Amino acid sequence: MGLPLVWLAVVFVCAFGADVMPFPPPSDMDFAAAEQGPSLAHPLGADLDGRDVLSRLAHGARISLTVSLIAPLIGLVIGTVLGLLSAYYSGLVRTGILAVVDAMLAFPSLVFALALTVVLGPSVQNVTLALGIMSVPAFARIARANALPLMSREFVLAARTAGAGDAYIMFREILPNMVMSLLTYALTMMSIMIVAEGSLSFLGVGVPPPTPSWGSMIAEGRESLERVPHVSMIPAAAMFLTVLSLNLLGDSLRQFKSGKSGGLS
Amino acid sequence: MAQRVAYVGRRAGHLLAVLLLLSVGTFLMLELLPGNLTDSLLGDNARPQDIALLEAQLGLDKPLPQRFGAWVWNALQGDLGRSPLSGEAVTEAIAHRLPVSVQLMLFAQILALAMALPLGIWAGYREGGLVDRLVSSASFGVLAVPHFVLGLLLILVLAIWLRWFPATGYVPFSDNPFESIRSMTLPSLTLALVEAPVYLRLLRSDLATTLREEFVTVARAKGLPDWQILLRHALRPSMFSLITVMGINIGHLIGGAVIIETVFALPGVGRLLIEAITRRDYLTLQGVVLFIGATFVVVNLVVDALYSVLDPRLSARHG
Repeated sequence: MGLPLVWLAVVFVCAFGADVMPFPPPSDMDFAAAEQGPSLAHPLGADLDGRDVLSRLAHGARISLTVSLIAPLIGLVIGTVLGLLSAYYSGLVRTGILAVVDAMLAFPSLVFALALTVVLGPSVQNVTLALGIMSVPAFARIARANALPLMSREFVLAARTAGAGDAYIMFREILPNMVMSLLTYALTMMSIMIVAEGSLSFLGVGVPPPTPSWGSMIAEGRESLERVPHVSMIPAAAMFLTVLSLNLLGDSLRQFKSGKSGGLS
Repeated sequence: MAQRVAYVGRRAGHLLAVLLLLSVGTFLMLELLPGNLTDSLLGDNARPQDIALLEAQLGLDKPLPQRFGAWVWNALQGDLGRSPLSGEAVTEAIAHRLPVSVQLMLFAQILALAMALPLGIWAGYREGGLVDRLVSSASFGVLAVPHFVLGLLLILVLAIWLRWFPATGYVPFSDNPFESIRSMTLPSLTLALVEAPVYLRLLRSDLATTLREEFVTVARAKGLPDWQILLRHALRPSMFSLITVMGINIGHLIGGAVIIETVFALPGVGRLLIEAITRRDYLTLQGVVLFIGATFVVVNLVVDALYSVLDPRLSARHG
């Protein structure tokens, strides 16, 4: 639990303090240092154009983190509402929501995000929006699965007998009971989003240059993998460690949660 | 049997609805694109009469619902239009690329099963043992590696440093089977390494559950050796989660492994998708997206039908 948190904290501080830290600007080209490994001036070396890898890593972290924080949030909000509605109401609402969710899930998620990004146009906001929409069906499924067993519980019946409206029951009675599951899943989704954003940028349809992102840094270093592997491998390692940390964190959160609920019942 | 037919029929009806929504979405995708299709084809300085001519050629002058109807009708007959940029029919372009993606899918599944089956069986058999613990932590690590990172890592180590395999490129199986397998090894190994941990975990936990069932105790009491209990009795009922996820993966991979095909420069369906995007060949893009979605849906239906055949209890439960 300790190490993952430390690494995530480092990434956060670098990402959001990148401008005030003593890094050279991420687009500054120091041609003398191009393709060189770690040195005093460039602690993690320089890329093909002589840009400082550490500085680009920090600025790229900002993109990765922004996308991976906001996109699941979009999916969480829309997906939860859709999931609740489809669990609470039957008939046309349920059929309609489930059909749309299934149709969205019928595309491999990366293809879905790719198509959406192309339609919306490449920019940080649009990539975030596309990935957010991509995560809606998964959240809707989880929300529905969590809400269904709660529908027939006593406290819902009690609220209904007390005269509570549909909206009150959904958002004040049912929602609080599934918030933990949804948040745990959001953490998993964060790590999926980091990889997804990296994949889009790697394919050249994500965040447009010159804004550095981990995915585009890995893609740029790919052509010269033979001569200077560090240009690709350093951002790759950063991405790996971040995803691993998030997964470990999610895992211990799940264990904590299941342990607690086991103690209660 | 009648129940099973009814169940599959209901699933098919549901999937038909999904397919319809899928085609509406794909069709609208082209409508929602920024700028006109004609602009992207003719450039900004096109003469009005050229634009009108092209619009008439592509049928863009007709109302939206009518165009959707015509598009679906043509798509059902296997005509997804002709790319205005390359002049190639979209269906032909997909048919050209499909063998590459299918070969990649097959090799990846074979490799993944070759890794996951023995390790998963052993880990489930000796739950909590050394192999189990080693394999779970290793798979946890592998699951955190993005596809493209793993691909680059394998290129770096196995192609550039050790020179065992070519880094990129594709040799058709009919040209030279040996070279074809060699050129497919790294991409399919990358996919297999990503998928095997998932298969392994599913098999391990299902097998461990099966081994606690009474019929296993009976088999043990009869004095059957452990390997026979594992392979002859416990394995088959423990494979269902694995088959489900494998079905999903196969559905994905027939539609092209976009990332892997890009990393290893394989001319598959996924690569066609990316090329269509970079060339702004939106008609091809639309066709490929529809193809990928439809394949995925149909493969899932087949897998569904398959396991109600494998395990009659399932259709009884749903029906």
